[in-house]
Amino acid sequence: MPTDPDMLFRTLADPTRRAIFERLCRDGEQTVGALTAQSGVSQPAVSKHLGVLRQAGLVRDRHEGRQTHYSAQLGALAPLMDWTSRMAGFWQSRFDDLEDLLKRMDQ
Amino acid sequence: MTDTGTETLSVIVERDLPFAPEKIWLALTQPHLIQEWLMKNDFKPVVDHQFTLTGDWGSVDCQVLEVEPNKVLSYTWGAMGLASVVTWTLTPSGTGTHLRMEQAGFRQDQQQAYQGARFGWQKFFANLEQVVARTD
Repeated sequence: MPTDPDMLFRTLADPTRRAIFERLCRDGEQTVGALTAQSGVSQPAVSKHLGVLRQAGLVRDRHEGRQTHYSAQLGALAPLMDWTSRMAGFWQSRFDDLEDLLKRMDQ
Repeated sequence: MTDTGTETLSVIVERDLPFAPEKIWLALTQPHLIQEWLMKNDFKPVVDHQFTLTGDWGSVDCQVLEVEPNKVLSYTWGAMGLASVVTWTLTPSGTGTHLRMEQAGFRQDQQQAYQGARFGWQKFFANLEQVVARTD
């Protein structure tokens, strides 16, 4: 499912949420309880962040008995990686136009 | 030359131009000249001035952060849901000027928040890179 880049950027701009996502990237699948123990915020707060991350496609949940396990979806980061190449192309062509303008200013 | 390092989520474009810094500065700061190579705008080279760049595809919300005539120009660049900072650096060279543009993502317009966000983001990408390297 393609992720809206706006939503992705907004989702990861929150430091607490980013830390939760980072932890899932680093340590693999985790339960809400395990994530709460190391997050420094309450369990409802962690659950809320996980909900936002899930909506953005950054985490997936898996139910097992009474526990829900969360894992990071690295593929959802693609739009972020695309940003640099897109902007680099934009600025290269702006530099071309700037150089053209400077030549014309000479005359 | 282009650096698309993901650690800082920044884009750097540099070029040696056979023109004096003063002349390039005009092209970077005069609204009618900016329009010729970038977009329509209501730019003023005044710190804190808020301006909008308008293109065919939409607009970019900006605010001036730093103005050091003929040397450094920096402004925020808010578009596509991402807050970033664009910094132009002009360095005289033997034949003209070395012009450098860096656009760094996730920096805020307030210096304090900006440092925090930058650190957090760099750390995030450094860690992520390790994770991705491991899963290869």
